[in-house]
Order: sequence, then C-alpha cells, then structure tokens
Amino acid sequence: MRYETPSTAKEAVSLMAKEKGIAYILAGGTDLLVKMKAGMIEPDLVVDIKRVKGMNEIKKGVGGYSIGAAVPCVAILENAAFVKAWPGVADAANLIGSRQVQGRSTMTGNMCNASPAADSVPALVAAGAKVSIAGPKGNRKLAVEDVAAGVGRNNLKKGEIITSIDLPKKAAKSGDAYLRFTPRTEMDIAVVSVGVNLTIDGKGVITKARVALGAVSTTVLLVKEAANAIIGTKLDDAAKANLAAICSAACKPIDDKRGTIEFRTDVAGVLARRAAETAYARAGGK
Amino acid sequence: MGAHVNTTINGDAVEFVCAPDESLLDVLRNRIGLTGAKEGCGTGDCGACSVILDGRLVCSCLVLGAEMNGKKLETIEGMADGAKLHPLQQHFIDGAALQCGICTPGFLMAAQALLRKNPDPTEEEIRYGLAGNLCRCTGYDKIVRAVQAAAKEMRG
Repeated sequence: MRYETPSTAKEAVSLMAKEKGIAYILAGGTDLLVKMKAGMIEPDLVVDIKRVKGMNEIKKGVGGYSIGAAVPCVAILENAAFVKAWPGVADAANLIGSRQVQGRSTMTGNMCNASPAADSVPALVAAGAKVSIAGPKGNRKLAVEDVAAGVGRNNLKKGEIITSIDLPKKAAKSGDAYLRFTPRTEMDIAVVSVGVNLTIDGKGVITKARVALGAVSTTVLLVKEAANAIIGTKLDDAAKANLAAICSAACKPIDDKRGTIEFRTDVAGVLARRAAETAYARAGGK
Repeated sequence: MGAHVNTTINGDAVEFVCAPDESLLDVLRNRIGLTGAKEGCGTGDCGACSVILDGRLVCSCLVLGAEMNGKKLETIEGMADGAKLHPLQQHFIDGAALQCGICTPGFLMAAQALLRKNPDPTEEEIRYGLAGNLCRCTGYDKIVRAVQAAAKEMRG
C-alpha cells in the first residue's frame, strides 16, 4: 500500500484518477481504517487529504458556510458561530460516535461511506447542503441527497473527490433540528432519524421546509410531501399529524434486531413531529 | 515501502519508520516502546488506546503512524510530572477507580481532554465525555467520582 499526502485538490484528484489498483481517500479514517483492519478492503493507495490546503477549514462566505472535506466533527462543534447558525447540523455531528471518533471523523466521510443511518446526512439534506466535487474532468456540485447511490455506495466517479460541503445562506427566521432514536444514549447507530429545516414569516406561518428521513431506506430520503404538509401552517396539531403520517408512509425500512419495520415506521412520524417542533421554536415561532 | 516520520511525542522529538498501513497504536507500542496505550478492540469502540493528537482526543488505533509527520502527540506516559502523579492519576488510585487497569490510560487521557475544555463538568457531562471509553470492572461510578475529585483539586 502507498500512502500519499497531496497538498492540493488537483494533486489528490490526479493520484486517485491514475491509480490502477484500489484507491481510497483518507480523511478521518474512522470507517476506512476499521475496514482495512477487518480485511474488508485492501487498498493499493491511500490518499490522505488532511494536508490539502483549505480542506481543514470552515469558511463563512457571502453564500453561507463551507465545511472542508477533512474538517473533523469536533471542529464543527468548536465553531460557536456555526453551531448557533445550524444547531441541527451541529447536533448531528455531536451524535457521531464518541469524543474520540469525533476528533477524527468528518461529515464528508460519513456521507461517502453511505450508511443509511449516517447521522450527519439527514441534517445536511434538510439544510439544503450541496457538495463541491473536484475531478479529472473538472468540478461539479451535487446535492447531499444525491451523493449516496445505495448502502455503502456513492455516486462519485473514478478520480472524483468531495472538497467541501456547502450550506446555503442561513435564512432569517429559520431553524433546523436533527433527532434520532437509539436504544442507548451514546455510541449507537440510528434506528430512525429525522432532519427538519424550516423558515417562517412574521406571523409564524411556515414558508419553506425540508424534511429528511434516515435509516428507513437504502439511502437518506428527502420527503417533499412531508415538507408540503407543514408549509402554509403554523405547525398546528393537524399539520403535525399530517407530517407524521406522511413520514411514516415514506418509510421502507428493514426489519432487524435493532428495530422492527412497524417500530421504525411509527417512530419516524413521532421524531418528525418533534424535530419540526424544535426547528419551529429555533426559527422563532411560538 | 516504509514511511519515514518526524514527530513530537510528549514534548520530545521522535523519528521512526513504519509500514504505510501501520496504526499509530502499533507504532507506539511496538516501535517506540510506549506501551501505555492499550489495544482493546482495535476499531475505535473501547477507547483504551486514547491519545491526544494536536490537542484533540483520538483513538490511536484509528490513526496511521504515517500521518504523524509534524504532529504533536500526548500519551499517558507524559501525564505525570516526573515522579509526581497528575491529580487525575492520584485520584484514580485514591478512589480505586480501576481494577485490572487495561482501560485506565485511555480513561485518564479522555478525562484530561474533557477537563481542559470544561474544568467544572457536571456528572452528566463527565459521563458523556467518557462515553467512548469502556470499563468492564468498575461499573464507572468510581471513575466518575475520581474525575470529579481531580477536577475540584485542579480548580484549586
């Protein structure tokens, strides 16, 4: 195995594109190194992107926040202005593994690893985040909900790497929230998870919303009908009941020891309602 | 092909060569002779190999040795000041916060990282802060109490 530490994204892309064997990007390594150790993968090349200029930075531009692909979750939690702007995304980062894992793991890696239960993904989908991709044929952007192709598979092409996660400018009177159900409080994987991001007007009526469900399908689901159920309402009981019913109906979960189909389907509705209540309160709604 | 690495461990300049896929934990234990960090699970679940890398708590089993060029690493071996134990170490002994001792170096590193960020944590904050460390002997209560006692002493 070769280990490379490029200093530019272009160099990283070139290394990944030219490699004829099995090549992996190393960001936090909390999934990659575990898979290598278990013998699930045997890379010929590992490209460490932590020394690529800019990939370790959280930038606030005119458009909004941009989180470098190598930024560990703990750096997101240490950025007080980011946590204030996107508390739902920060809550998701704070639920990934332990403090030790958060010291290394990245949201970009969480996304590329493409587990249906990835904690950061529903929150980022709800936020309307996109990823910036550099590749041998140029750069492109992709919505976070389109990064995963299936369980453990993503839509990046040979030689392509994600360089940053780009969040939209935080709208006035908007709020986001992320909730998950786990049997334990810490160090566990979501059985069901929900991200909600919404904007209200001066009267407390929801004008925009995005609702995302995790761990209930092969990839995280953006449920537009669920958003439509609360847009135009003040999140009254009827709207919340609609939201819950639509989220439950959108679930296509597996049945396993961690949660039955019936349980996951029911809890998706409950969590959607609660996440919407939190997001609504964070937006300043009463 | 080996990786040639220059790094700083507990304030000392250290140079080593390792295989590109070798973990930092294996480098510490097998090449440098720092055996304080333990391998419990080797998959980032148990925290027995916890070290502080550039100020951040990490599992050394989930870091490659090759990544260490120009880094600053703190391990359990650097915690005591010569013969004088760190307050966390002393309170772990005084409060019997260990039995077999395998998890102890990891708990001490995690507790140190926690107290640097939050010198006066609540019991809940301590339990969440140490959730990445497993102990199968103590039942955790004595560990939490030792961290509380050390935090109190360190605040003065």
